[in-house]
Amino acid sequence: MKALMFGWEFPPHILGGLGTASYGLTKGMAMQDDLEITFVIPKPHGDEDQSFLKIVGACNVPIVWKENEWNYVNQRIGLTMHPDEYFWLRNGIKYDYNRIYTNDLGCVDFSGRYPDNLIEEISNYEAVASVLAHQMDFDIIHSHDWLTFPAGVFAKQISGKPLVIHVHATDFDRSRGQVNPIVYGIEKRGMDAADHIMTVSDLTRKIVIEKYHQDPRKVTTVHNAVDPLPDADSFTKTPRKDKVVTFLGRITMQKGPEYFVEAAYRVLQKTKDVRFVMAGSGDMMNAMIDLVAKRNIADRFHFTGFLKGRQVHEMLAESDVYIMPSVSEPFGISPLEAMQVGTPSIISKQSGCAEILTHAIKTDYWDIDAMADAIYAIVKNPAMHKSLQELGRDEVNNIRWQDAGLKVRGIYESVM
Amino acid sequence: MRNICFYFQIHLPYRLKRYRFIEIGQDHYYYDDFQIEERIKAYVEQSLLPANRTIAEMIRSSNGKFRCAFTISGVTLDQLEHYAPEVIDSFKDLAKTGCVEFMAEPYAHSLSSVFDATEFERQLKLHADKIETLFGKRPSSLFNAELIYSDEIGEIALKMGFKTMLIDEAKHILGWKSPNYVYSHSYLPKLKLLVRNHKLSDDIAFRFSSLSLTAENFIRWIASLPEGDNVINLGMGYEALGITQPAYTGIFEFLKAIPYHAMEHQMSFMLPSELSKKNESAGPLSVPFPISWVGNDKDLTPWTGNDLQNEAIAKLYAVGERVRMCTDKPLLRDWLILQSTDHFRYMSHKDAWGTNYESAYDAFMNYMNVLADFLERVDAQYPTTIDNEELNELLKTINHQEAEIELLENELKKIRARKAKVEDSKK
Repeated sequence: MKALMFGWEFPPHILGGLGTASYGLTKGMAMQDDLEITFVIPKPHGDEDQSFLKIVGACNVPIVWKENEWNYVNQRIGLTMHPDEYFWLRNGIKYDYNRIYTNDLGCVDFSGRYPDNLIEEISNYEAVASVLAHQMDFDIIHSHDWLTFPAGVFAKQISGKPLVIHVHATDFDRSRGQVNPIVYGIEKRGMDAADHIMTVSDLTRKIVIEKYHQDPRKVTTVHNAVDPLPDADSFTKTPRKDKVVTFLGRITMQKGPEYFVEAAYRVLQKTKDVRFVMAGSGDMMNAMIDLVAKRNIADRFHFTGFLKGRQVHEMLAESDVYIMPSVSEPFGISPLEAMQVGTPSIISKQSGCAEILTHAIKTDYWDIDAMADAIYAIVKNPAMHKSLQELGRDEVNNIRWQDAGLKVRGIYESVM
Repeated sequence: MRNICFYFQIHLPYRLKRYRFIEIGQDHYYYDDFQIEERIKAYVEQSLLPANRTIAEMIRSSNGKFRCAFTISGVTLDQLEHYAPEVIDSFKDLAKTGCVEFMAEPYAHSLSSVFDATEFERQLKLHADKIETLFGKRPSSLFNAELIYSDEIGEIALKMGFKTMLIDEAKHILGWKSPNYVYSHSYLPKLKLLVRNHKLSDDIAFRFSSLSLTAENFIRWIASLPEGDNVINLGMGYEALGITQPAYTGIFEFLKAIPYHAMEHQMSFMLPSELSKKNESAGPLSVPFPISWVGNDKDLTPWTGNDLQNEAIAKLYAVGERVRMCTDKPLLRDWLILQSTDHFRYMSHKDAWGTNYESAYDAFMNYMNVLADFLERVDAQYPTTIDNEELNELLKTINHQEAEIELLENELKKIRARKAKVEDSKK
């Protein structure tokens, strides 16, 4: 079976959780020997891991016919695509896209990020999809998130092949209810046209059914998993006098940072041997610094700024408790990552990962008393910490992408 | 002749309220009165009263041939006295018929038999006193909480004067042996063991409605047991009558029809104490490690299966000796209530039967907060710097000081008198 996937991000150059999830899922699906995946992203950098799938850069796919020498093409894009493939794909141009600004190869220069002219990039991506749909051979189309829905829908119209879409987040999560009508329109059209919709949690599934008016029979939850961390043991915890409780993520309304500060305030009223860390950056960072000062706990509350790569795991491993009080989280991979390095997690019930985790403490995001209670219990009771650590690690190591891959495969087969 | 022995367990723990860590040291009341009342009322209305009525009627209509035994935990009796004294009266009425037996169990329905032998004895005594005051007869059979039994526990029971103990049919203990005989302790033949027939008991308690069981069939099953299987112990939670098997399933009618069909097959009903008196032991049973009546493994893992449970139990029983030296009444009462097995069962990851918590961790957090406050109160009674032995000595000195003073004063008087006499004689 051949699957044509449209994505927006792919590691190592990622901006959010979408890239990580795309990578994990495709890797898990590649365990099935008879499945061939072609993954389209706007702009590859050439250092992506292509051992288990084929990556096609939309920025290398011609949408306007231009005559070029083989050597010149090789010199321009040889790093990410073979020139023969370029010429072969050029035969797939069936429409006149001269209205779109293209370069000397007839390709669009995608940024591959989330620029201001995102809507324009999305529609250019759609044009690329038409070329691929005409020229390539595939059995199913799989679109990741709303950015790629139009491309998937167009490919379906051209090829007549079934389309499944994967909802990693909806605009309701991102905007806390104040949806952007253009984004909503794109999402809704994609869902309407899809033969099946996959969501990353039951929470998201409910939003898709209720807010986008989809037939529940057409929507299935495929929970995300977590990539095994091969060097999990290399992250160690430095022994220290004070316990460390960490919040890690964008400091923005969706993640509920103010609830963390309030919970910290309550804990510090009872005990002094705890330090709180807020790692990350975001639009609410200054407001949080103000709040910490107002509560008079600044001596016990620390801001680290933005962390990336290995620093993230190091910070998680150094912590005694990881807390994610998100107001709305379609899935939320970070508690799973914390549990991988043996750090107990407290998560809000409003996050998708709560649906599959047993050995994590779940509270409502607004219930700061419960949150403070959980923090206190973990830092004061070694048995609690040990239990969450050991059982949590086992649990997370059993949440595997290949199982999610099998579920996706079942959905493919049901729509074909 | 086949003998059927029915016995019912009645236990309802005190539910803890949501107790946040911030309240440690501030609030010393741990119970969710609303939930407790709600639960006891439901139990009373759906099960206790209708079931007691049914049993009274069965005794009456069979002319006292029907007999059965009860074990009611001390904490449940306390709740009944508080919220539903009419149930106590109804049990007293049953006691007057002479056809029911009240068995002993640790007052708090606790795991003390495994973790604190002194506490176990204290609670058995406390419970026996309570049963005697309420129902007029001191129990002679022991139904340990959750039917926990081991050779060691049996030894304590016999030492306390119990001649009969009830245990569950654990495959790894009985092996090929049938549960339908009377057995005895592995090296103390005076203690008789009655083995609960696991299958037939659960047929009523858990499978009654799904099996569409009739009294006729049920008695026929018993009648078709192999020759020699003369003692059929049917033990279950009393809530099976009316709650697990609601009244509309016909459970009460089923029960009422039992004596008639049993007598048709020349079977009789007996109480645990009568069974052990009238039957010789078929052989000793060796139980080196504790067994219980829960799950397939019949072991202690529902209460001691994970780190959380072990931590909570260790912290609780570590202060047992110290608490028993205290005289503060509310403290002693809390000590009992906090020992109920249920609190630890709720902390089980796989078998948190009857829990009102969202997860094992939730149960643990709440219990540990309560326990932290309780331990602070224990510490406040006597400083922790003094160890138990020293404290015991000091307490003895304090409690005896009046007698001591009197003794010394008397001595002083005598000496003075003698001195005066000597001086008089000198003059």
